Amino acid sequence: MTKPWRTYLLWFAQEHVEFRVAEIDSLLSLFNIEMRFTHKPVTEPYWIVEFASERDVQLLASRSVSLRNCLELWGHEKEVWKLHEKLKCYPRNLMDPYLQPNKSFKIEVETFCKHFTQKEKVDKIETFSYLPVQGPVDLRNPDVILQYIEYYGTVANNPPELPYDVFFGRWVASGLRQLIKKLSLKTRKFIGNTSMDPQLSLLMANQAKIKNGDIVLDPFVGSGSLLVAAAEFGGYVFGTDIDYLMLHGRTRPSRIAQKKREKDESIRANMKQYNLEHRYLDVLVNDFAMQFWREGCKFDAIVTDPPYGIREATERVGTSKENYTVSEEHLPTHIPAKIEYGISNIYKDLLSFSAKHLKVGGRVVCWFPVFRQDYNEDGLPSHPCLKLVANCEQTLTKVTARRLLTFEKLRDPTEQELNMDHKEITDFREKYFVVREETRKERRMKEARVREENRLQHIRDKV
Amino acid sequence: MKLLTHNMLTSKCMKGVSVGYPLGINASDVRVSEVDFNPDFIARMIPKLDWAVLYNAAESIGQLEDLPKDLANNYENDQEFLKKVHHVLLEVDIINGELVCPETGRKFPINNGIPNMLLNEDEV
Repeated sequence: MTKPWRTYLLWFAQEHVEFRVAEIDSLLSLFNIEMRFTHKPVTEPYWIVEFASERDVQLLASRSVSLRNCLELWGHEKEVWKLHEKLKCYPRNLMDPYLQPNKSFKIEVETFCKHFTQKEKVDKIETFSYLPVQGPVDLRNPDVILQYIEYYGTVANNPPELPYDVFFGRWVASGLRQLIKKLSLKTRKFIGNTSMDPQLSLLMANQAKIKNGDIVLDPFVGSGSLLVAAAEFGGYVFGTDIDYLMLHGRTRPSRIAQKKREKDESIRANMKQYNLEHRYLDVLVNDFAMQFWREGCKFDAIVTDPPYGIREATERVGTSKENYTVSEEHLPTHIPAKIEYGISNIYKDLLSFSAKHLKVGGRVVCWFPVFRQDYNEDGLPSHPCLKLVANCEQTLTKVTARRLLTFEKLRDPTEQELNMDHKEITDFREKYFVVREETRKERRMKEARVREENRLQHIRDKV
Repeated sequence: MKLLTHNMLTSKCMKGVSVGYPLGINASDVRVSEVDFNPDFIARMIPKLDWAVLYNAAESIGQLEDLPKDLANNYENDQEFLKKVHHVLLEVDIINGELVCPETGRKFPINNGIPNMLLNEDEV
């Protein structure tokens, strides 16, 4: 006989909401877990779902960054008294195994979007005194944690008198929220100006379905923040970047209080800091437009944040001078000149490279900058061998955003597809400065008008 | 730079180079340090390697130890063998030296463990 599916409550952190579905979907597919929704979530921070086994819930939580807690749901109602009624009728055979005399327990009260004093919380716990618990209370290290949750919506400054929803259940697993703190950029040895924050890095590693023993590449590695997350989940990591000084930790320091970089700042030092050095393979100084990876060399995943040409330059090696040669005497210390690479070409090369060098079924996860008002899915980079499986927006300013694109490789490219022409992608950079220029001009004109009016007003007042 | 990386690099993208593989190695400073052993990872890597290239590279920098010239059959379960492969792939690190294109002789310096594969603007 197969065990019946049980209902679970997944409680999420109310941050990067749009990335939730993409992360959970990726993890379900990574672990080959099936999950059913009992109703489709909208914007609330919780999902009510069903799993075939508790092991599945634990697996999911063991990798999720957006999940806070998972409960086996014993009751969910709109009103408190109804929840109590429900719990009183909850089948004893499902509840009893956790309420035995040899099981210590505690009851926690969580209130979402409304604050209560400790006294009020204790009073709330008292209302569950009818539960047939037999074991001792242990607040420090209980065998069983029961949780009562009151949900007051998501508008913090004006919560309603009574909760919208109330939940009661048994704690099963917690997500990886603490890992975000552990990998914080504030305490990381080597960071750059555009280091990715750990939460987004971990989300990327999850969407790339990185698992133990995978070979992962970041071709625009910078200070290696994506590699930290990839290695944390078991990936063996490679990085390449055109910036020699960055890879050697010789750029100007990014921390305001730091006058110069320490001698041993590097991506490798970061790996060491988090005890991940054994998963560090290598970093290379390399121009992405000139590939040195061998033909049949395959990566399990590619995670990257290419430069958008705003804070980090989009450059490749080259010169506009004709018939230019580096003279023999300058050769040993020559630093190659760079020309504009262009966003369109970077993404074109990135997808072609991925189609060629990912294993079939492998994923490439990358950020793509957009103008929010012009955004249109048809304008995204694409490749016939890669399927877009997730596309989530992170807003940056009123007008700009970046989207986290996740592609999965369907098959190896044909000879034709290796040399195919790609559609042009709008250059974010060009437009970025045009828009800025306009608004700056408009702003100045407006300010000038206001000054002029004030001046005239002043003159009139005098008269 | 590790020998695993060396196994995956070619200078084929350069003008006039048809194969560019394997790159030669001139090592002036090699460091050997202990790295956690993950037999599954090594077993998964072996089929992706060019074994002869790995063998010759290890020999050329004097780190061969007793790595067999030919790939053992049934290596997945041979812990001793996997350990030897682990050693040459991940524990041997070329800190300073250079990689050399086998066709043009172009040298790519390795400083502080990081190879510099940048071409000059007159080479692209």
